[in-house]
Amino acid sequence: MDALALQREGEDWRLCLSGDWSLRGMAQIDGELRALPGPESGTLICDWSHAERPGIGPVWALLGRLADLGGSRLHVRHEGGPPHTLQLLQKLNLDRQAILSAPPGAAPPLPSALGKLGRWAVLQGDEARGVLGFFGRIATVLGQTFSRPRALRIPSLARHVYETGVTAIPIVSLIAFLISVVVAYLGAQQLTRFGADIFVVDLVTIGVLREMGVLLTAIIVAGRSGSAFAAEIGVMQLNEETDALRAMGMNPIELLVVPRILALAIALPLLTVIADAMGLAGGGLLASLQLHIPPEQFMARLREALSPTTFWAGLVKAPVFALLIGMVGAYRGMQVRESARELGRLTTMAVVQAIFLVILADALFAVLFVQIDF
Amino acid sequence: MDDPAQPVIRVHGLVSRFGAQVVHNGLDLEVRQNEIFGIVGGSGAGKSVLLHTILGLRRPQAGTVQVYGKNLQELTRPEQLAMAQSYGVTFQSGALISSLSVAQNIQLPLREYYSMPEQALDELAALNVALVGLTPDAAGKYPAQLSGGMVKRAALARALSLEPKLLFLDEPTSGLDPISAAAFDELLLYLHAELHLTVVMITHDLDSLLRTCNRIGVIVDGRMITDTLEGIMQNQHPWIREYFHGPRARAAENAARG
Repeated sequence: MDALALQREGEDWRLCLSGDWSLRGMAQIDGELRALPGPESGTLICDWSHAERPGIGPVWALLGRLADLGGSRLHVRHEGGPPHTLQLLQKLNLDRQAILSAPPGAAPPLPSALGKLGRWAVLQGDEARGVLGFFGRIATVLGQTFSRPRALRIPSLARHVYETGVTAIPIVSLIAFLISVVVAYLGAQQLTRFGADIFVVDLVTIGVLREMGVLLTAIIVAGRSGSAFAAEIGVMQLNEETDALRAMGMNPIELLVVPRILALAIALPLLTVIADAMGLAGGGLLASLQLHIPPEQFMARLREALSPTTFWAGLVKAPVFALLIGMVGAYRGMQVRESARELGRLTTMAVVQAIFLVILADALFAVLFVQIDF
Repeated sequence: MDDPAQPVIRVHGLVSRFGAQVVHNGLDLEVRQNEIFGIVGGSGAGKSVLLHTILGLRRPQAGTVQVYGKNLQELTRPEQLAMAQSYGVTFQSGALISSLSVAQNIQLPLREYYSMPEQALDELAALNVALVGLTPDAAGKYPAQLSGGMVKRAALARALSLEPKLLFLDEPTSGLDPISAAAFDELLLYLHAELHLTVVMITHDLDSLLRTCNRIGVIVDGRMITDTLEGIMQNQHPWIREYFHGPRARAAENAARG
C-alpha cells in the first residue's frame, strides 16, 4: 500500500497519507517522499485521517520534503487529526537548514606523502621521548629504593610475583614439554637416517636450554602478563585512579609500574628454569619411548653435550625479556586516555610490541654470544 | 495498550535479594500514563535494582512486573525485543558508546531495527540532536569531547531515537551544575508535554524532583511509599521527613516557591 497519494481537489492539492507512518514504515515513506513530483505552489492539504501511528521521524521527513518542494510559495494545511508532535516539528522545521548543517565530523585533509612522512617522524620522535622519560622515571624510583626501602612495596611485589609467575606455571610447563617432544621427534626422524640417534639428546638439551625454554616462556608471559599490565593500568587511567594517586602525593610509577616490572624480572627467570626442566623431561621421554635411549644414557649424554655456559646463556636473557615485557605493558597502559577503544588498541599494541622486542633482543643476544664465544 | 486508565507499569510484591541481603521486600509500584514519576531512596535502597528489574535486565526473586499490561517474565524472545524498542533509557553515566560519534550513537538502534537510507538516518540524527537542545555541531563529536551536560542530553537523544512512549532516566541531573541541571529539567518538561511521554526518573536532585515530578515513590525499608508531592511532604516516616525537610530540602523548596 502506498503511504502517499496526491490528488487534485479544485484549486488545491490533497495529499492523502495512509498506512504505517511509524518508524517501521520510514524506508518506504522516505522513498515515496523523494519521488513526490510536486506541487511547488498553491495550497496543499495533508490528510492524516488514514495514517496509522504517525511517528516523529516520518513527519519530520514529510515536512522537510514539503519545504524543499515549494518553500514559502506552497501553503500547507493539515487535516484529519494530525499527530500531536506536528507543532513541535513545524517549529523545528523553520530552522531546518541550521539543524541539518552539521559538519560531517570535520574530515581531516588528505595527507600528502610528504605530510604523512613528517607526521610519522614527529610521532616517532614523541614516542621515543616518551619511552625515554618513562624509563627515566622508573630508574628514579629504583634509585630511591636504596635510600627508602619502603618504596619497594613488598606486598604488592609478592602479589604480582604470584600472579605473573606462580599462576603461569601450568601453561608454561605444558607448552615447554610439548614443544620439546615435537622437536625431539622431528630431530629423531632425521638423525636415525644417519644412525646418529644419540645426537637427539644434544639437539634437545642445547635447543631447550639456550633458546626455546626462555623464548617460549617470554612469549607466553608477554601474552598473559603484558596484556594484563596494559589493561589493568589502562582501566585505572580511565577511572582517574592514577590521577587520584598523584593528587594524594603518591607516585603511580612507584605504586603500579615498578612492582609489576620487578615482579616479572623475578618470575620470568624462575619460570624459565621450570620450562627448561619440563623441556628436558619431554625430550627424555620421547628419547626413551621412540629411540629406546634409557634415562641413564640420556643423562650421561646430556652431561657431555652441555658446556658449563649453556644453561646460563638461556637464563641470563630472562630478566632482560622481563624488563622489556613489563615496560611495554605498563607504558602502553599509562598511555590510555579517554575511551575504551584506546584501551583495546593499546593492550593489543603492548602484546605485539612485547613479543617483537623479545624476539629482537633474542637475536641480538645470539649475535653477542657468538662474538664473545659464550 | 494505550488505554489511559491502565497503568503503564505495575510492580506487585517485588522481592529482590543479594545473598542474605534483602533489598526489596514486597515492593508495589504503579506508574500511570503520561506522568513523570520520581523514584527516591537512600544509597543502597535499591533504586537502580528496581530500574533494572523493570527493564527486564534482572529477574526478581518473587513478585510480578507488568509493563503495558504484559508480565515481563512471560514474554517470548520477540516480545522482549518489541518491549525493549518501546521504551528509552538513559543511564547514570550516559553510557554512550565511546567509539561512535553522537550522531552514530543515535543511529545505532535505528540501524539495528529499521532499514532506511543513509540520508534519512542523518536527518533523524540531526532532528534528535535538535530535540534535546544540542547544537548541530555536537552530532559529529565523540562522547569524550562532550561536557557532562552534553553527555546527558546526547544520551537522552539516543533514548528518544526509537520514539518511545516510556522513558526511564537514571539520575539524569547528577554531576551537573545547577544551571545545566535546571536546563535539563526544563527540557524534560518540554519533551514530556510535546511528545506525550511517560517518564520514570530516579533522582537525588531535590530541585529536579520538585520541579518536574507529578508523583513520587520513596523506597524505605524495602517497600515503596507512593504519593503526590504534597502528600509525600506530609508523610511522617522518619527517613522521608529527614529527606524532604532537612536543611538542603528547605533551601530547594524555597527556591522552587521562588
